[in-house]
Amino acid sequence: MLSPSSGSTVIKSKLISRRMFLLTAAKAVVMFGIVGRLVSLQINERTKYKTLSDKNRFREWKLAPERGVIKDFYDKEIASNEQVYQVHLIPENSKDIEKLFVRLKTILNITDKKLFYLRRVIAKQKPWEPIIISDNITWSEFSRLNLFLHELDGVKPVVSVARMYPDNSSAHILGYVSQVSAKDLQTKKYLKDLHVPGMSIGKTGLERKLDEEIIGKIGFQRYEVNAFGKRIKQILINEGQAGKSFKTTLDFEVQKFTSELLKDKAAAVCVMDVYNGDIVSMVSSPTFEPNEFIHGLEKKYWNSLIKNEMRPLTNKTLSGLYPPGSTIKTLVALSALENGIIKPLDTFTCKGKIELYGEKFHCWEKDGHGIVNLRKGIQRSCDVYFYEVARKLGVDRLSETAKRFGLGKKVLNGFIEEKAGVVPNTKWKKKFIGQNWYLGETLHSGIGQGYFQSTPLQLCLMTAQIANGGFEIKPRIIFDEKNNKLRDYIKYKNEYPNDPLPTDLLVSNFNLKPLFKNQEHINLIKDAMFSSSNEPGGTSYRHRLENKKFTFAGKTGSSQIKRFTEAQREAEVKQESLPYKDRDHALFVAFAPYDDPKYAISVLVEHGGSGGKAAAPIAKKVIKKVLERHDLRQRINSLTEESV
Amino acid sequence: MYRSRSIQSSLSLKDKILSIDYILVCSIFILGLVSILAMYSTDGGEFKYHTNSHILRFFVFFGMFLAFSFIQIRFWHSQSYLIYILIFLLLLGVKYFGLTSSGSKRWLDLYFMNLQPSELMKIGLILFLAKYYHRTSIENLNSLKYLFLPIVVLVAPVLLVATQPDLGTSILIAAGGLTVAWLAGVRVKFFTFSGLAFLALLPIAISFLKPYQKSRILTFLNPEKDPLGAGYQIIQSKIAIGSGGLFGKGFLQGSQSYLDYLPEKHTDFIFTLFSEEFGFFGSLFILLLYGIIVWRIVLIGNVTRSDFGKLYCYSFATAFFIYVVVNMMMVLGLLPIVGSPLPIMSYGGSSMMAIMFGLGVAMSCRVYKDTPVN
Repeated sequence: MLSPSSGSTVIKSKLISRRMFLLTAAKAVVMFGIVGRLVSLQINERTKYKTLSDKNRFREWKLAPERGVIKDFYDKEIASNEQVYQVHLIPENSKDIEKLFVRLKTILNITDKKLFYLRRVIAKQKPWEPIIISDNITWSEFSRLNLFLHELDGVKPVVSVARMYPDNSSAHILGYVSQVSAKDLQTKKYLKDLHVPGMSIGKTGLERKLDEEIIGKIGFQRYEVNAFGKRIKQILINEGQAGKSFKTTLDFEVQKFTSELLKDKAAAVCVMDVYNGDIVSMVSSPTFEPNEFIHGLEKKYWNSLIKNEMRPLTNKTLSGLYPPGSTIKTLVALSALENGIIKPLDTFTCKGKIELYGEKFHCWEKDGHGIVNLRKGIQRSCDVYFYEVARKLGVDRLSETAKRFGLGKKVLNGFIEEKAGVVPNTKWKKKFIGQNWYLGETLHSGIGQGYFQSTPLQLCLMTAQIANGGFEIKPRIIFDEKNNKLRDYIKYKNEYPNDPLPTDLLVSNFNLKPLFKNQEHINLIKDAMFSSSNEPGGTSYRHRLENKKFTFAGKTGSSQIKRFTEAQREAEVKQESLPYKDRDHALFVAFAPYDDPKYAISVLVEHGGSGGKAAAPIAKKVIKKVLERHDLRQRINSLTEESV
Repeated sequence: MYRSRSIQSSLSLKDKILSIDYILVCSIFILGLVSILAMYSTDGGEFKYHTNSHILRFFVFFGMFLAFSFIQIRFWHSQSYLIYILIFLLLLGVKYFGLTSSGSKRWLDLYFMNLQPSELMKIGLILFLAKYYHRTSIENLNSLKYLFLPIVVLVAPVLLVATQPDLGTSILIAAGGLTVAWLAGVRVKFFTFSGLAFLALLPIAISFLKPYQKSRILTFLNPEKDPLGAGYQIIQSKIAIGSGGLFGKGFLQGSQSYLDYLPEKHTDFIFTLFSEEFGFFGSLFILLLYGIIVWRIVLIGNVTRSDFGKLYCYSFATAFFIYVVVNMMMVLGLLPIVGSPLPIMSYGGSSMMAIMFGLGVAMSCRVYKDTPVN
């Protein structure tokens, strides 16, 4: 090659330097670019990237809170919690899920269907989120699982707590809990930030009504995890908060007693404190096993429940609708007195039936009751007397009184299963049926048939409001100390109607609303109810309690399912000989003790026949039981009053 | 300017030692210490395998750099072709006897270390072309006859490396070679023409790319498209750097790296780790050190008298700069992820060896700045 001359070397050096200068300028530009990028990432967007980095670093596992317990009036737990053994799985910690499933099947009792479901859940959620393989395994399964744990990577044995109902006598009013469904997540806002796999929520009854508060606050564990999902260290743990516990006004002993009485019947019983509306007992029969719902219901059991024609899943006290039958006669009479339609001693003659525009209206007593006044009308439950009264009264005035006493509307807050029932009047018929009212329908309404629909709870409330002297009360099932002065208040009002209230009662700021115009009318009805239960000829005379301490005053009723044909009436067909489905519902309402009313009761026996025969005997036993426990209840009441 | 030709023989050892660029040596040493800190952090705050061998390599090759500084610039000039040929033979050796790891064949097993000749080729090509253009007169520079050899010596190793496959290194080798040609005075039009030719051949070249290489380029264009797959590295690196903020998360506190979110943290992403732990100011500090190193090498080019020395120093400084910025732009998400180590900081013996070799030759240019070559 050539050896360069010194002249060209100088030119060459200059060329090199010139080009190097250009390169240096280019380098400066690139350098600025890099610094600019650093400024943008590390200064301008640092918060965004810090958040992203923390999102990488931390993973949170939610912890299901412990559900609050529900207690009865005597602090006995009627919905409590028990320790359960569970199997959880964190999919990302398992090398081979399929292999794991095969191994698990040999240890636990898992169906293929369940595995199919688990696979679907795993595919849907994040790999580090635990899934629950089984939420309630036996101790022996649990110990076997722990024994083989070393070969089951990703599996976590967990000791947890779950709902447990010690007895199924209160299944309907308590309701039950079960796994959160997709629909729950959509419809219940409070579940939005609360959802933890395996958490149960209340589906019906009190469990549902109280769900938001009883469910508790969710806890979480925050871990630092590496890129492979391995937990490096725990950063934070928040235990969450166990749900609030609730005390109810229910008496567990009475619940059990009543439930036993109603066994094998389709029936319902409500017992209420006549002064403060405390529901002492609320039983619907037949009952179901709420514990079965907690860990996933078995299809067989579910089918047996929904196929049972006695409808064990329905809370008949709240959502069973029945014509009130003759139990409404107390309100018909009251309404007539209040509106000045009749006087107590006004009489009608009952010949067993009356005729109106060619239609026959029968009394249940085929031969008639003869001359009947108000007291005898209620005592014997004379239909003809009430046909006459109702005709004079008119359905609109009757419906106004019935509504005032709590019929035709929901009376207990927050139970989605509660039904309002129907109190018919001319407007109602026009609106919902689109026809004009017939006078004949007024007559049917006068004996609680026709369009009338009410729940046993409404009938109990109606009776309680008559028993306490005609003051409005609000049924309640959650115990709270606030309203306890109500009893003294009403009693004072009853004894000294015209005196001003003593200040200590006045300040208990309870807005007491009398439901009557003249309290004397209420007393007339109470007296007539007494005669119905305690004087010969009364419809429930046979089931009276003679001990003054327990003496109750009641009213029977039977709500017709199917109209008797003239032929059946002629043949004097007995209810017992009818097919079960065609028999009347038996009803009975009462309050006790008569001298100093404390509790009101309503009893319904579906297709039980007549109220006097089927419902009154049950009421008698329950009333006795409740009154026997009254002193104990009072003690608790006064204790809480003191502590307040 | 025209001193005695026998000047090199009159240099005493003291003169040689005094003429070393101490700012450059210190910068390199400080960078070395910083790299040891960073490596210590990747090992989770313990002296484990990576840290220990990085320390060993740094000191061994740093010693080599100092030793090479005292070797006559004439020696480097006279042996340039030979050095190139040796490295080229090693590259051929890789093709036939190389070790395969994660799908590419890049290493030769030398028993005491795994040598990656492609890293050495970065320097070898610069040396070769510096000598070639030193010896080519300015009149002949742009004749096609004299362009033939440079093209061959550039394209041959680039193709060999690209087919290992190692796209990143082959691009960096080419960048170094092109820099020498450009500085020597090859006309812009040749670069334009060859650029156009390259573009024309690009579709064919792309068909030779491995699927993972294609996906890397696509991923660079839109990393969020597949955040858990190919875009993962870029996203995690940006998160790490961005979350470092102004002052960083603190030494050994880089959560992205110690929780293994950061891929390749020892090698290509070492700057990310440092930037996460020491923040914006730490990153500026590193940039400053690299800036000083490049600046001092350019200064050597300015004072050295021979065209060979100038060409070599300017080209090496530029190539060094390119290695640094390509790596940084890659981890900052400004370039696709092509494997390219950060000089001195990254873990890797061959890269360290090549850089220290290059620095040694540059320093030799400084020590023997007045010695004419040829």
